[in-house]
Amino acid sequence: MSVDISTVKRVARLARIAVSEDDAARMTGELNTILGFVEQLNEVNVDGVEPMTSVTPMAMKKRQDVVDDGNKAADIVANSPVTEENFFVVPKVVE
Amino acid sequence: MTDLTALTIAEARDQLKAKAFTATELTSAYLKAIETANEALNAYIAVTPEKALDMAKASDARLGAGSAGALEGIPLGIKDLFGTEGIHTQACSHILDGFKPHYESTVTSNLWADGAVMLGKLNMDEFAMGSSNESSYYGPVKNPWRAHGSNADLVPGGSSGGSAAAVAARLCAGATATDTGGSIRQPAAFTGTVGIKPTYGRCSRWGIVAFASSLDQAGPIARDVRDAAILLKSMASVDSKDTTSVDIVVPDYESIIGKPLTGLKIGIPKEYRVDGMPEEIEKLWQQGIAWLKDAGASIVDISLPHTKYALPAYYIVAPAEASSNLARYDGVRYGLRVPGKDIVDMYEKTRASGFGDEVKRRIMIGTYVLSAGYYDAYYLQAQKVRTLIKKDFEDVFHAGIDAILTPATPSAAFGIADQDMAADPVKMYLNDIFTVTVNMAGLPGIAVPAGLDSRGLPLGLQLIGRPFDEETLFQTAYVIEQAAGKFNAPKWW
Repeated sequence: MSVDISTVKRVARLARIAVSEDDAARMTGELNTILGFVEQLNEVNVDGVEPMTSVTPMAMKKRQDVVDDGNKAADIVANSPVTEENFFVVPKVVE
Repeated sequence: MTDLTALTIAEARDQLKAKAFTATELTSAYLKAIETANEALNAYIAVTPEKALDMAKASDARLGAGSAGALEGIPLGIKDLFGTEGIHTQACSHILDGFKPHYESTVTSNLWADGAVMLGKLNMDEFAMGSSNESSYYGPVKNPWRAHGSNADLVPGGSSGGSAAAVAARLCAGATATDTGGSIRQPAAFTGTVGIKPTYGRCSRWGIVAFASSLDQAGPIARDVRDAAILLKSMASVDSKDTTSVDIVVPDYESIIGKPLTGLKIGIPKEYRVDGMPEEIEKLWQQGIAWLKDAGASIVDISLPHTKYALPAYYIVAPAEASSNLARYDGVRYGLRVPGKDIVDMYEKTRASGFGDEVKRRIMIGTYVLSAGYYDAYYLQAQKVRTLIKKDFEDVFHAGIDAILTPATPSAAFGIADQDMAADPVKMYLNDIFTVTVNMAGLPGIAVPAGLDSRGLPLGLQLIGRPFDEETLFQTAYVIEQAAGKFNAPKWW
């Protein structure tokens, strides 16, 4: 399978990365090189093979449903580029 | 006084306890070495002299009071991927501009609890994506090694290039690193240092910037096998904040060192003999086999039939996980924000300007293979192939193999700004051809220096072990180290 420039632009949109026409053209070539490389996986017979979900056999760990951390709103927003009274500030999203 | 930076961790530890010098003197020696060398090598992207000296002073107090920890007063460099409270933590990316976490990663917390001293943060490929340390926002690291009669700059490997270079150039006693596809073992091999990626789950991933969560593991890069064993003992722990960390007692890895290999079965996988592999690598491998045989191990030819599919499967699984993990960098919660006409425009501009080319490439591949209509063809197929790769290893371990010996890399260190690799991303990816299988199967792997090539550059061998059997790797790697000797880069910086 290979991608064309309009697919690259669509994927960039999904990934929320702005791309120029030149970027998209360059990426099309690079992505096709990589997709060409991974194509060989189709040679492998995977009939009846389960997809891997965990490299080590493990049961999901459980813990008590209790609050063991918190009350640190100021810490959480401390690295944000724009905040107001411990809220993250973003451009308006509701018309 | 002798040069304190020449001492291994084991030597410095013993001499600190014997009061031959103080932790403050040891830390000062390293800070001076960094000051002299870092402009040339670019291994550190943030040096923390005040914190280092404070920590060293506290170590001296504990040494004086007889309450020294296992790493008391030992100065370490920390890969920029590890969250360090109040200190530069950016995964060497522009998108995390100015990020200083309000928490400390579990691995580094373990090291400080054992008395280690932090010298600063080490350069790396952006978000650990790369095999040459050239994708760092802070520029490439120079390998302390140069070919005979040449002053051309070589890469230290990646992504833990800063860690490997700092250890090789004696700008720290040891370093933390991480390995998703070979990022500890490949740079260790390129710099004549020892690097171990432990079994998935051996070290907590909490507080380490995530790249591909089912593959990422932390581990040390050190000057020799013993030092790597000492560091891993301290780094590893079960952690309630990482549910994939495993509740198995961390053995005293150092105590296995020097035990004879009698009775051990070492597998030699025929699939690791790849087309175009330099003869020197093949020779090194044969030499390694001979050393282990001399030491009493029995050598068994084995087959790992799905080896060639590990790298293509990795380049689906790792970018897919990365595209999800890196969705959090949106200009809202941390780091860079580039204003836009609306929120989506802000996201897109922030991510376009904050991520470098290699990171964008992987996010794009990951987004594509996970997108509607392609998930089964790519991602599901890759995860099935991954099951088969793991089964290859399970079969040979079940048949009685204790460890597997392979080359660590298909070549020695290459030049900075290599034209072939810049033109074709897959060429760069092929650096990890021998290491990536280990991540796909979640196994432990160690790279140990085994010789120099005809140009005088270090080459490494890799040992792959059973899950949670890092001990056999240290035991066997030590035999290689004893036979091969240690390799130090002639100082030019």
